Amino acid sequence: MAEYKPIRKVVSGNYAAAYAVKHARVEVVAAYPITPQTSIIEKIAEFIANGEVENLEYVPVESEHSAMAACIGASAAGARVFTATSAQGLALMHEMLHWASGARLPVVMVDVNRAMAPPWSVWDDQTDSLAQRDTGWMQFYAENNQEVYDGVLMAFKIAETVNLPAMVVESAFILSHTYDVVEMIPQELVDEFLPPRKPLYDLTNFEKPFSIGALGTPADYYEFRYKIQRAMEKAKEVIHEVGKEFGERFGRDYSQMIELYRTEDADFVFMGMGSLMGTVKQAVDVLRDEGYKVGAAKVRWFRPFPKEELYELAKNVEGIAVLDRNYSFGMEGILFTEAKGALYNTNAKPIMKNYIVGLGGRDFTVSDVRKIAENMRAIIEKGELDVEVDWYHLKR
Amino acid sequence: MEIPENVKKRLSIPGEEHFYAGHTACQGCGASLGLRYVLKAYGRKTIFAIPACCSTIIAGPWPYSALDANLFHTAFETTGAVIGGIEAALKARGFKVKGEDGIMVVGWAGDGGTADIGLQALSGFLERGHDAVYIMYDNEAYMNTGIQRSGSTPYGAWTTNTPGGKRHFLEKRHKKKVIDIVIAHEVPYAATASIAYPEDFIRKLKKAQKIPGPSFIQLFAPCPTGWRSPTDKSIELARLAVQTAYFPLFEYENGKYKINMPSTKKEPKPIEEFLKYQGRFKYMTKEDIEVLQQWVLHEWEKLKKLAEVFG
Repeated sequence: MAEYKPIRKVVSGNYAAAYAVKHARVEVVAAYPITPQTSIIEKIAEFIANGEVENLEYVPVESEHSAMAACIGASAAGARVFTATSAQGLALMHEMLHWASGARLPVVMVDVNRAMAPPWSVWDDQTDSLAQRDTGWMQFYAENNQEVYDGVLMAFKIAETVNLPAMVVESAFILSHTYDVVEMIPQELVDEFLPPRKPLYDLTNFEKPFSIGALGTPADYYEFRYKIQRAMEKAKEVIHEVGKEFGERFGRDYSQMIELYRTEDADFVFMGMGSLMGTVKQAVDVLRDEGYKVGAAKVRWFRPFPKEELYELAKNVEGIAVLDRNYSFGMEGILFTEAKGALYNTNAKPIMKNYIVGLGGRDFTVSDVRKIAENMRAIIEKGELDVEVDWYHLKR
Repeated sequence: MEIPENVKKRLSIPGEEHFYAGHTACQGCGASLGLRYVLKAYGRKTIFAIPACCSTIIAGPWPYSALDANLFHTAFETTGAVIGGIEAALKARGFKVKGEDGIMVVGWAGDGGTADIGLQALSGFLERGHDAVYIMYDNEAYMNTGIQRSGSTPYGAWTTNTPGGKRHFLEKRHKKKVIDIVIAHEVPYAATASIAYPEDFIRKLKKAQKIPGPSFIQLFAPCPTGWRSPTDKSIELARLAVQTAYFPLFEYENGKYKINMPSTKKEPKPIEEFLKYQGRFKYMTKEDIEVLQQWVLHEWEKLKKLAEVFG
């Protein structure tokens, strides 16, 4: 094994994704432009134009729906494939997301979290990706540009092991267009970590013809669904192993599906996903200095959902403030629902409150976290909730 | 069954069978016959993409397949995109695609999945120039969901959502000319074909195999269930469609139009010849028939001119 010397580059989140695609030796990219995703596919096109990648077929399709359809065809034909999209584009792909997981194809995509219209918005919001919750895709939420790069590389390895597609999610503009230092991995070490794909089935095998995706009668369909769930359960183990291996090889450990930050003796924690957790971690340091016993719990993988890790955390805290940059109308923040649901049949029952923050790119700062901390402390002292769901930024 | 050598020499249609008995098509199904010819022409080194349509069912439920070739069942509107993706993967992986010894990537979709919901993906496929063949089997309605009108349904036809009856509610628009839309993309090869003329169809399939780039074939394939026609009349109806110039056989190759025999033998037969045996046309009035006849002749004249000027 060659010695690991990282290559440091100052790149946007989108370029971090593009470099990961290059280093993963992706064979087919099908993509359609949408802000703020576009610079990912532009950068990949640039790699091809400059002769920096070989054997990469680039299919500039006429819609996101066709982007995912082309990825599915290419993946069924044995290639390692990638696409990227955002918001309305992801919504247009929705039908085909089911097709990718149902046909057990390890397509990897980056979704740049962007708010759904109307009103038009190009800014950060997780509702687009979380609305794909039930499509059978694994979902990894990146906190920063480094995690975008690492996430894409790991997503290929995990997806190709369990034969399910995976989505790496980054924030619109906060990550996609913001430059930061990213430690990249030399190609030969990526090759060792991520060998060529070995497809579950391959349409180029003509020895014994077969068909994929045929009619599943009531006698069989049920078991197909069960096997997807089994693969999701297996994915938890694979995520742990791959994340650990990544840490051992490259120094950044991703073995935990929930990253815990200063939670050991915390009275209560802030839980959330994606870039806003960077702000939260910073706020935790400030609050700790001010005497608050608080920590952060960053949910890295939303699917499969880390029930077991959440339970271990919930046993030891009095309260969880769930920060949702998303909303399920008629209910509450989506992570909040999931987290509460995961704990219902356990004996861990911390007070849980939902803070709806940052929708449509509304700024979310350290001082916001402090206000939430004050509110949480009061709730825990009193032993009861004021409101269950708090539209935190609402202009009252 | 072993085909004797002297018989083999006379056959212009390959004797090998790659479409198995035991498929689930209706009696007299034109589409299944068409699929059988495609498999004869291309053999088993073929990757099919079939969207939602009768052929999804005809191929058989999991874990069965009536096709002796690899088949990817896909979503209704995606045929063009999926075959593009398959072709891209094959190229990235270093396989030879199309040509005599290459892998054939074939999209096989009905008229609804092509003329309507799949038109955008078809357009993208044509415009990007993938090395694959797209075959639209045209039975002029959504047959798999139970005979609803598609963009390819002709004027005056009864379908379950253009039901005729006391109030005149038959299809009011003429058949969408999908092949003209295809040709507008300046594809290297596009053709019409009919299950009544298998030699012509197979010749076109072979041509599509050799010509690099995207090829398109619109195959006329009667549906006794949807057309309310006797199951033993499918071939005859397909032939009459050509003889009446309702569905002429022609090719478009690198900018040139060519009308194929037997379309040009005689003056077209009257359209009534094609309408007979078909319950779907029974609500048409004399005036309706005249409207359809005029349209058919007008389109036929247009095609003849194109062949004359750009032949």
